[in-house]
Amino acid sequence: MLELVDLSHSYGSYRAIDKVNLTVAQGEVVCVVGPSGCGKSTLLRSIAGLIKPTGGRVLLDGRPVRSTPDNLAVVFQDYSRSLYPWLSALANVSLPLRRKGLDRRAREDAAMAALTEVGLAAAAGKYPWEMSGGMQQRVSIARALAYRPSLLLMDEPFGSVDAQTREELEDLVLRVCAHHGMTILLITHDVDESVYVGDRVVVLSKAPGHVVGDLPVDLPGPRDQIRTRELDAFVRLRAEVGRMVRGRHNNHELETM
Amino acid sequence: MSRLTGSTVLRGVAGVTGLLVVLEAAGRTGLLDTTYLPLASTVLARAGELAVDPEFLADAGASVEAWFWALALTVALAVPAGLLLGVARPAEVAVRPLVEFLRPIPSVALIPLAILLFQDQMHMRMSVAVYAATWPVLINTIYGVRDVDPLAKETLRSFGFGPAAVVLRVVLPSAAPFIALGVRLAASVAIILVVTAEVVAGGTGGVGVFINRAGSGNRVDQMMAATAWVGLFGIAVNALLVGAEKRLFRWHHTRTAGVS
Amino acid sequence: MSRRIGRAVTGLWIIPVVLIAWEAATRTAAQPYFPAPSAIAVRVQELWFSGPLSRALLTDDAIDAFAPSLGRLFAGWLLASAAGILLGMAIGRSARLADYLDPMLQFGRAIPPPLLVPIFFALFQIGTATQLAIIVFGVIWPVLLNTADGCRTVDRQYLETARVFGFSRADLLWRVVLPAALPKIFAGLRLSLSLALILMVVSELVGSTSGIGYGLLTAQQNFLFVDVWAYIVLLGVLGFLLNASFLALESRILSWHQRAKRTI
Repeated sequence: MLELVDLSHSYGSYRAIDKVNLTVAQGEVVCVVGPSGCGKSTLLRSIAGLIKPTGGRVLLDGRPVRSTPDNLAVVFQDYSRSLYPWLSALANVSLPLRRKGLDRRAREDAAMAALTEVGLAAAAGKYPWEMSGGMQQRVSIARALAYRPSLLLMDEPFGSVDAQTREELEDLVLRVCAHHGMTILLITHDVDESVYVGDRVVVLSKAPGHVVGDLPVDLPGPRDQIRTRELDAFVRLRAEVGRMVRGRHNNHELETM
Repeated sequence: MSRLTGSTVLRGVAGVTGLLVVLEAAGRTGLLDTTYLPLASTVLARAGELAVDPEFLADAGASVEAWFWALALTVALAVPAGLLLGVARPAEVAVRPLVEFLRPIPSVALIPLAILLFQDQMHMRMSVAVYAATWPVLINTIYGVRDVDPLAKETLRSFGFGPAAVVLRVVLPSAAPFIALGVRLAASVAIILVVTAEVVAGGTGGVGVFINRAGSGNRVDQMMAATAWVGLFGIAVNALLVGAEKRLFRWHHTRTAGVS
Repeated sequence: MSRRIGRAVTGLWIIPVVLIAWEAATRTAAQPYFPAPSAIAVRVQELWFSGPLSRALLTDDAIDAFAPSLGRLFAGWLLASAAGILLGMAIGRSARLADYLDPMLQFGRAIPPPLLVPIFFALFQIGTATQLAIIVFGVIWPVLLNTADGCRTVDRQYLETARVFGFSRADLLWRVVLPAALPKIFAGLRLSLSLALILMVVSELVGSTSGIGYGLLTAQQNFLFVDVWAYIVLLGVLGFLLNASFLALESRILSWHQRAKRTI
């Protein structure tokens, strides 16, 4: 459903990503992992139509992406700035639904249902600044869910929360998205997380970023924070992805030295 | 304001020229009655004349003099007071309600009182300017002292420095950018109050008096030209002080830029 | 709650202390220029607050002076605020428009607003309409510039979120940009309100036959020292009340902003 063809983007003379080719099938959870500064965010922003890539194409359901597509939602890393502090959780989740042409009642019902799915039904009237970081990111996820996108982009969604909350949120996303059959592209710098969450892990090189590895994750579902991470297959995959992320990185440093 | 590219400047020039041309055309075609509202070109020409008009320059000199001494007096009074109140927390707590009651008094309301109290018109103008300009300096100084990093104070104290040395070496330098900001705000306030006092109270000498005189002679062109000069003086003073702040407190700017 | 109010009241001890010292000083000095605060208070009460209970004690003089002054003040401020917010939003959202207008805005802001008074009175007839125009023209700048600044500096993440979820232009403007700029807009509105009071007074001092400023001028011209002081106290109280009520309104409307700031 999502296809990137030779996607490249430069900021002036700085090349952030270079000829990225990637295909994501319907219902797949793909994790993109790479060292910091490998153009992960550039990649995501190109797909979301927030920037116009300087080269290559982004195809969503076979059609090229020009402005922001209407069947796509994003969960940003910085929840404190992606939720509007002047709106309650419910209003934050229901505001984007105005685009769907629903009346006020239907919007609030849909928003409430999404908040219930992420376990925040009781906090619907609260404001972002009355919530913990984990709760805010749940609202952010609920907003994306209520929008019913066919593709969900997540930009380091768990990068700013503590380790325990992070595990809870990973499981929440896996559970809810499996339930809705949503396609997910999740961007992270955490090797461990990419293997745990993904059906597939795509490894990007250091800038200019391009795909250096594309590994299917063959782990039995449903995943479990303790048991899955104990599996030999998990450990092996994690090591392999880690080597790809770091190995490339080291070579690069050697070359430049 | 930070991005002064070529096209930005060009557009600014285009905007100003456009407005002047429209005003000029409106006057020449009779859309605006030039017996009341002078042509843009007339005002510009008048402004040029005023720049070399000894009478206007004498008036401007009187205003600048009152403004300068008012600002100097404000700094001399408000900075020490602010330092004191900033360092001595209980004093500040005690005085705060007084400030809260005095500050909202519209400063121009004091002009009639000042007319009665001061024989010397220069002192009259300065007094209302000092009253109004004191608040930004005082409040910014208190705020700046309060903002001093306690760790820096502790560090110095742990090396055995006395309170006077701490104030001199840590408090004053780190409050300085805030004080400078207060002085810059006070400079604009003082300009406004000096010319307002001149307009309201009259007397001899001063741009406000010049404007009154032009008004009674129905010379709107002169009034506008003189007003434009006051505006430009304000812009120049502000730019000068901003430049000085940037040079002197580069460390402060980078610090606040990092925060926001 | 009641303890907090109690603390706030005891924190005001300086006020009676200053009043008593002022009273003592003026009585010993016995100068006509500096009447005792008690005398000023009595005069304030005589002039404006000795009316019938049904009119909240306001005297005829009070109503005659307050009504035109406050009417002009609020009408001018509200007009300037509406115009300033709309223009500011346009300028803040269009970098191109801002480029064209910036020099004029900087210049307009730098003109001391009280200087508009003699010019407007020379251009137009002395009267309420002109006074209103002076207030509108003089106080629009803080609102306009702060609104433009607030709309220009909206957090990029707020805007990108809106783009990702495909907000309409109207939703983007009214539900994202405007609320995000509101803290700065309110700072501008507050400045404008105090400026409006100043311009009200100046315009009445220079060319008016009614209003508080006119009363003050008459008192000064007749060397009525106690009256001059009474007028200053009145204007001070007015300034204080305007500022305090605006702050109360602001903290109600911007509670999300103040509390969000506190948690970060």
